[in-house]
Amino acid sequence: MLLKRLSEACGGPGQEGEVRDLIRSEVKDLVDQATTDALGNLITVKNGTKAGPKVMIAAHMDEVALMIMSIEKSGLLKFHPIGGIDPRVLVAKTVVVGKNRVPGVIGSKPIHLQRPEERRKALGVEELYIDIGAAKKEEAERLVNIGDLAYFTTEFATIGPDKFKGKALDDRVGCAMLIDVLRDNYQIPVYGAFTVQEEVGLRGAGTAAYQIQPDLALVLEGTTAADVPETPKHKHATTVGKGPCLTVMDSSVIPDPRLVAKLMQLAHKHNIPVQYRRNTAGGTDAGKIQQTGTGIPVAVIALPCRYIHSPVAIGSQTDYDNAVKLVKVFLRSLEEEGGDQ
Amino acid sequence: MKSLIKDLVESWGPTGFETEVTEKIRAYIADRVDECTVDALGNLIAHKKGSGKKVMFSAHMDEIGIVVTYIDDDGFLRFSNVGGLNVLTMLGGRVRFANGTIGVIGREKGDLKDLTIDKMFIDIGAANKEEAEQKVSVGDFAICHREFADLGQRLVAKSMDDRIGCAVLVEAIRRLDHSDNDLYFVFSTQEEVGLRGARTAAYGIDPDLGIAIDVTRTGDTPEAPRMDVSLGKGAAIKVKDASVIAHPKVKQLMVRLAKANRIKHQLEVLEAGGTDAGAIHLTKSGVPSGTISIPCRYVHSPSEMVDLGDVENCVELVLAICRDPLAEF
Repeated sequence: MLLKRLSEACGGPGQEGEVRDLIRSEVKDLVDQATTDALGNLITVKNGTKAGPKVMIAAHMDEVALMIMSIEKSGLLKFHPIGGIDPRVLVAKTVVVGKNRVPGVIGSKPIHLQRPEERRKALGVEELYIDIGAAKKEEAERLVNIGDLAYFTTEFATIGPDKFKGKALDDRVGCAMLIDVLRDNYQIPVYGAFTVQEEVGLRGAGTAAYQIQPDLALVLEGTTAADVPETPKHKHATTVGKGPCLTVMDSSVIPDPRLVAKLMQLAHKHNIPVQYRRNTAGGTDAGKIQQTGTGIPVAVIALPCRYIHSPVAIGSQTDYDNAVKLVKVFLRSLEEEGGDQ
Repeated sequence: MKSLIKDLVESWGPTGFETEVTEKIRAYIADRVDECTVDALGNLIAHKKGSGKKVMFSAHMDEIGIVVTYIDDDGFLRFSNVGGLNVLTMLGGRVRFANGTIGVIGREKGDLKDLTIDKMFIDIGAANKEEAEQKVSVGDFAICHREFADLGQRLVAKSMDDRIGCAVLVEAIRRLDHSDNDLYFVFSTQEEVGLRGARTAAYGIDPDLGIAIDVTRTGDTPEAPRMDVSLGKGAAIKVKDASVIAHPKVKQLMVRLAKANRIKHQLEVLEAGGTDAGAIHLTKSGVPSGTISIPCRYVHSPSEMVDLGDVENCVELVLAICRDPLAEF
C-alpha cells in the first residue's frame, strides 16, 4: 500500500532523500518530467494538451523529527525537536537514528527514582535522551553522527472499518493523494510539487512556486483534528470521517475566496462531503506560494488527522478517497472552463 | 474630504475580502489615472505614467475583523480574530457580516483578566443552529461594526487603519496637477495578517522608491505609553517600526519636502507594529522605503480617532513627493 510505504519512510526537514526517491519511482511513469531543484523539491510535470491554466499541486515530503545535537560520554544522545513536537509524547518511544536506522529508545529517569514532584510534571526535552545501546561515546560515534535525525518507528496499519494509523501522516497523506491525482491524465498542465522543509517554515514551497509560476495552486495537507472527549465542540477544528477540509484562514494564509467557493460548490455538486477547517492556527505551504512573485491564488485541501505531530496519527480512508476525488473534479472543471481564475 | 473618509471607513472589507473598498476607490480615481488593475491577491494598482522615477505608494484597504469557526446547537457563533484584535475592546460591541447580519459579542463567565477569544461568542439573535445557519456559515468573515462620527476637527470611526491612508492617496490623486514621475498608487490587501498584498504588488512594480501610508499610534492620551507623536501635530514621518527602518534617503526626502512646502510634520519612532513598507523594502534586490503615518488614537479598536489637519498634511506630503524630481533615487 502506497500510503504505508510513504508513512514508514523516513524524511525530516532537509533530509527528505528517502521519501523523494520513493515518490520519484512511484510517479516516473505517470509524469512527463520529474526534476529535483536546489532545495530538494521534487517537481513533476504533466504537460497536458491545453496551454492553461497551469496548476501547481503541492504536498510536503518532510515530517517532524528529532535532531542529534551531542553525544554524551556515556554514549547517550542528546537531541532537539525539528518542527513542532510536544515533548510530553516523547518519553519511552522507540526510534531509529540516521540513514542506517540505528535503533534506539528515548529514555528518562525511571519512576522509582523520581521524586514526587518530578512524577507530577511532564519531562522536557532537556531531561530526555536517546539510548542506542552504546556503552561509551566512541561506540556511539561509530553508529551515528551529530545532525542525524531520529524518527519514530510506528508501523502503519489499517484499524477499524475505515481508519489508518501511522507516523508522518502530516504530510505523507498529502504526498499519497498527490500521487493518486497524478495517475489520471488532464488536458491542462499539472505540476505536482513534493516540497521540502515545510515543518521548519514553509521553505521549499516558495522556491518551487517561483520556478513553476502557476496560474493557481492547491496545497494538500494533513491537518489537526481535535474531535475527542474533553475538548469542547467549538475547539475540534476538524472531524475525522466528515470529509476533506477546506481552509478559510490559518496563520499563514487566507486562501483565495473564489477558489474556496468553487471547491465547496464542486463538492456539493458531486456529493463529496467536505468541512471547513474550524481553526485559524497553524500554517501550510499555501502561505509561501500565495506570496510568490506577483501573487498566486491558492486553496488548501486537508485531511483531518487526530494526534498529529506525535509518533502516531489516525486518519480516515473515506476522507482520503473524497479528498482525491475533490482534487480530480476540480482539475476537470478547470479543463472545461479554461483560465479565467 | 470628510464625505470621502466617511464613505471609505463605513465600507465592509475585512482582510482577504476587500472588494467593496476596491470598487469604491476605483470609482473615485479611475478617470484621474492611466490605468487601474487588480492583481492576483486583489491589490488595486492605479498607474499614472511618467518618464521620471518609479514610485510606489501603498495604503491598505483591509480592516481587522473576525472569522466564524463554529456554530453551536443554540445558534451562538464561535470565532477567531483576523488581524490584531484586543478582546476587551470587542466586549459589548457588534460585528457585521457581508450580508448585513449583525451580531453582538458576548463572553463565558470568568474573570475579565483571563478573557481570551475562545471564551467569547457572537449572538446573531438566532434561536438555534438551523436559524443561525440561514444567515451565517462557518468560515464567514465579519467586521467590527461602528458608525463614523464627525467631531469637527477630529474624526472617529472603525477602520481608520487604514482607510484614512486610502483616503489620503485618493485625495492626492484627485488633487495632483503635475508630476514627471512614474506613479503607482497601490491600494493593498491583507496588510493586517502580514503585509501580504504589498509584497506581491511591489514584486510586480519593482519601484525605485516605496512609500506606505498608514496610521501610527500616539503618546498624547492620559497615562499613554511613551511615544512622541501627537494628534494635530502634523504628518508623521516614520523613522522605524518593527517591520522597517526607513531608508535614510527616504526620511530625509520627506523632511526636506515638508520643510520646503511648510507642511506640518513630526518624526515617528514606533516600537511595535509594521506597515506595507516592511514588505516593499525587501522586494527583489531591495527598495528604499519609508512611511508617511497619520497619527491615530485607539488603533485597532472600533473607535480610531484622527485629526483632519494631520490628514491634510499627509495629502500635501504625498503631493510634494509626486512633484519632486527625486534626483537622489
